[in-house]
Amino acid sequence: MTRNLTNRVRVWLVAGLFAASVVLSGSFATTAQAQNKDPIKIGFSMALTGALAGGGQQSLLAMQIWAEDINKKGGLIGRPVELVFYDDQTNPKNVPGIYSKLIDIDKVDLIVSGYGTNLIAPAMPIAIEREMVFMGLFGMDNNSKWKYEKYFQILPAGPNPAVGFSQYWFEAVESLKPKTIAVIAADAEFAQNLKKGAVTNAEKMGLEIVYEQNYNPKTADFTPILRAANAKKPDVIYIASYPNGSAGLVRALAEVGTDAKAVGGGMVGLQFSGLMAGLGPMLNGISNYDFFVPEPTMDLYPGAGDLIARYQAKVKADSLKVDALGYYLVPWSYAYVDILGQAVNAVGSLDQDAIAAYIAKTKFTTVVGDVKFGPNGEWDQSRTLVVQYQDIKNNDLSQFAQPGTRKILLPGDIKTGDLQTFGSLRK
Amino acid sequence: MAVFIDLLLNALVIGILLGGFYAALAIGLSITFGLLDVVNIAHPTMLVLGAFIAFLLNSTLGIDPILAGVIATPFFFILGWLIYQVYYNVFEKSGAESLRGLAFFFGLLFIIEVGLVIQFGVDHRLVEAPYIGESWNIIIGEEIDVAIPFRLLVAFVVASIATLAIRAYLTKTFFGRAVRAVAQDMMALRLMGVDPIRVKRIAFAMGVATAGVGGALMIIVLPIEPSLGRLYLGNVFAIVVLGGLGSISGTLLAAVIIGVAESIVATFFGPSWAPAVSFGILLAVLAFRPEGLFGKTAGAH
Amino acid sequence: MKYKFEIICLLLIVGLFALTQIVGNQFYFFIGFVILQYMVMAIAWNVLGGYGGYVNFGSAGFLATGAYTAVALINFLDVGLVEQMIAGGIIAGLLGLATGYLTLRLRGVYFAIATLALAIILETIVAHWDYVGGAAGTSILPKRKPELLGELIVDRKEGIFGNYKEFLFFLMGTVAIICVWISRYIENSKLGRGLNAIKDSEEAAECMGVPTMRLKLIATAISGGMMGVAGAPLASYLTFIDPLSAFNLEYAINAIAMPMIGGTVSWAGPVIGALLLGTAQQVSSLWIQSELNLLIVGVVLVVFVIIAPEGIIGWFRKSRKGSAR
Repeated sequence: MTRNLTNRVRVWLVAGLFAASVVLSGSFATTAQAQNKDPIKIGFSMALTGALAGGGQQSLLAMQIWAEDINKKGGLIGRPVELVFYDDQTNPKNVPGIYSKLIDIDKVDLIVSGYGTNLIAPAMPIAIEREMVFMGLFGMDNNSKWKYEKYFQILPAGPNPAVGFSQYWFEAVESLKPKTIAVIAADAEFAQNLKKGAVTNAEKMGLEIVYEQNYNPKTADFTPILRAANAKKPDVIYIASYPNGSAGLVRALAEVGTDAKAVGGGMVGLQFSGLMAGLGPMLNGISNYDFFVPEPTMDLYPGAGDLIARYQAKVKADSLKVDALGYYLVPWSYAYVDILGQAVNAVGSLDQDAIAAYIAKTKFTTVVGDVKFGPNGEWDQSRTLVVQYQDIKNNDLSQFAQPGTRKILLPGDIKTGDLQTFGSLRK
Repeated sequence: MAVFIDLLLNALVIGILLGGFYAALAIGLSITFGLLDVVNIAHPTMLVLGAFIAFLLNSTLGIDPILAGVIATPFFFILGWLIYQVYYNVFEKSGAESLRGLAFFFGLLFIIEVGLVIQFGVDHRLVEAPYIGESWNIIIGEEIDVAIPFRLLVAFVVASIATLAIRAYLTKTFFGRAVRAVAQDMMALRLMGVDPIRVKRIAFAMGVATAGVGGALMIIVLPIEPSLGRLYLGNVFAIVVLGGLGSISGTLLAAVIIGVAESIVATFFGPSWAPAVSFGILLAVLAFRPEGLFGKTAGAH
Repeated sequence: MKYKFEIICLLLIVGLFALTQIVGNQFYFFIGFVILQYMVMAIAWNVLGGYGGYVNFGSAGFLATGAYTAVALINFLDVGLVEQMIAGGIIAGLLGLATGYLTLRLRGVYFAIATLALAIILETIVAHWDYVGGAAGTSILPKRKPELLGELIVDRKEGIFGNYKEFLFFLMGTVAIICVWISRYIENSKLGRGLNAIKDSEEAAECMGVPTMRLKLIATAISGGMMGVAGAPLASYLTFIDPLSAFNLEYAINAIAMPMIGGTVSWAGPVIGALLLGTAQQVSSLWIQSELNLLIVGVVLVVFVIIAPEGIIGWFRKSRKGSAR
């Protein structure tokens, strides 16, 4: 009898736990803010956990600031905007389900992408099938096979992104008259694309590639790699790395040193607050890509400075656990939803065909300057900056919020400094 | 030729130092998994927790990361104590196989990871210490010099001391011998009037406690973020198995072998093959010596 | 009735097909596909792990073998999805056989670590194989109007399925049901009893004349093959595949955790476990906007194994036995 009772209790316990987890998850879901008119819902997946979460959380906050801004101005075509999003855990496998839920259950009106190439890719067929406009956030050449005419992507690397990405870095190092180059790249999607582009650019310049190796993401120490590259005596070293590798190689450069005159190029992560502060003076001399730095010439991007200031204030005020400075992604994630919003307002409806046609033909003015999309929905020109880390004195993060620590070498119209050899900037 | 010798010497030195670092990551598992047969796959994530504690103490109070790791050790000891308490009551008491605990530790892995995300955010973190980014250059001959990065040297020295201390403790003291006996013959211990459960609990807590200093070494050597533990999950288990279950010095030696293999491959053949080579070594060793390099019992475990 | 179970299986397949025709909301096919894929992985893992006691830690390697076989076939011959799945199953089954030859002399954790090592070596090789995209990955365009045996399968108006996801869902569901049937068959066959004997004591089984090596090889081949079939449609589902997503640790974790939660002694265990944990994962990640979704999965895992360390099946059996006394 008692056995039977405990048995039943157990059954209910399991059932109850399961039900509780379902109910609990339901109660966390967003409820539409009480507003007079039906909101326009913009849906997306975002990496809030996992390897790309640093970028994903930063982007999300920027997009939330945009939603606040647009709602203050009266929303889109007179309706308030609401963001609907889910964590894709940096796992492509979650992405199709998320977009299906956004479209079929949450009934969103517009979709934009999550952060990064392999998290954009799984959403492409859904966008295409539903014939929706799809704004991409930092995807590398996602549309080259699909050729979907309603896809537009905000990474400013030009019509041939892999090549355009490192184009300015190679132009900048040309002044050093290099003859040989070493290429080091991470064994992962984005870095491999950068490497392909860099090799193309190097061949175009007539550089001899004396060392070309990939490293595995599990690599714990990078001194052997740098030593092996140094042994080939390259004039410049191009590095396409992810945050772990970027930090590891910067430390290896401090410990082993190099005679190469320029080092860097495609090091992801050196733009993040945590790594910048952690590496501090070890960054001096490295020349790397960037998208936005606090140099005076960047006022060319209308409203960007103000946006960054508000982002930083918000992070501080709410003590959020996201990138404290936000230069890397904030303007771009703001811009890619902003372009969609501008197009909706200009078209005056949610007609996806009309919105896509408008975006394709229009030159937009945004916080990242003038944006015009070309073939495959990529930028019609490259605006990836090359900066050089200079005059970094210690590990204080606030110095990176001041001009002068990252001098813009190219593009020419916003240039604030000249490339100096790597060795001359080391102590 | 000089270039070759230079590269080879450096690869060897770095490999040995790197091995010391790997040993620091694997030593706790060598106790919990190797001696006690508890498949604690949350161990690498506990190391990341230790690394974040070191980061917290370093960035707010300016405490040296190693010292911070020592400070965190009692905390991990208690954590290990509590985890074993639950684990024993759920699994070992009923005589379930050790592999049953896998799902339990998977769950723990997720919980610790999300806890870290909520508390520290997802950014990469580094620590500051005078020995990071500096190296010791030894000039041996013309065009031959060996650069020893201090952060790896520190990791190597600390890991070696910890490993030797644990080994001495397990072989020289009564309690240590009891721990080694508990893996083999529980009954004999009972007859000697020792409570085997208590012995296992303390030993498990010791294994987890190594995550304090191990985590500190982790953040000295590389930048950390909450999901980093998963990346090194395979490596640490491979090292423990390669060394032979239950052999503490075997773990240290296996770690050095993996470290040297990786750094030689990275120097001369291409760093992207490094994991394939180290796991290939593991497979080859298991094919000829299924009990690992220094294991005693044959195969079955 | 002798074929009761088979009839139920057939009815379920018909039911799945009916679902794809009736349910208009695509969302259910998306999450259905993911849960069913996990279910196949869990069943496959259990054939070797649950019946034979050999823990495969490298499930992701077999799944990825299926996925990359599909990619290679798409690039090389442009074949359809069903052919990809068959080929993926064969190649991963052969890999399972090879794994068996290489590692089955190892026991317990040694075997587990060896399978993990194989998966990592495989991942490194794929990362260097540029034909299937290498480390950079490759994108796959599903065919516009795929045909099978002359029938138009997917087309909004004239196809059997109005949508590619319905097709994927139906295929994966059918595979899951077939795998359930196979694993139930194994459980009640000589193979299953032999594997159980091996699990209890390999020496004893050998003394009793059980051909242990042969049984284990059959089990690794079947288990690997099932995982390969589950992996083959991954490329078509994601339309982009790179080693990081194909060899994701998550597959290895789920393939072990699901049978453990459900119970490893019976074919129903992995099915229940996959339904429970898979649903919990999908629900938490699709209804919770923050990082808390992973936390819930972790808590569910820990709580379930604490309440029912023998899995849900084992727990019910124990209770039933208890109350009968």
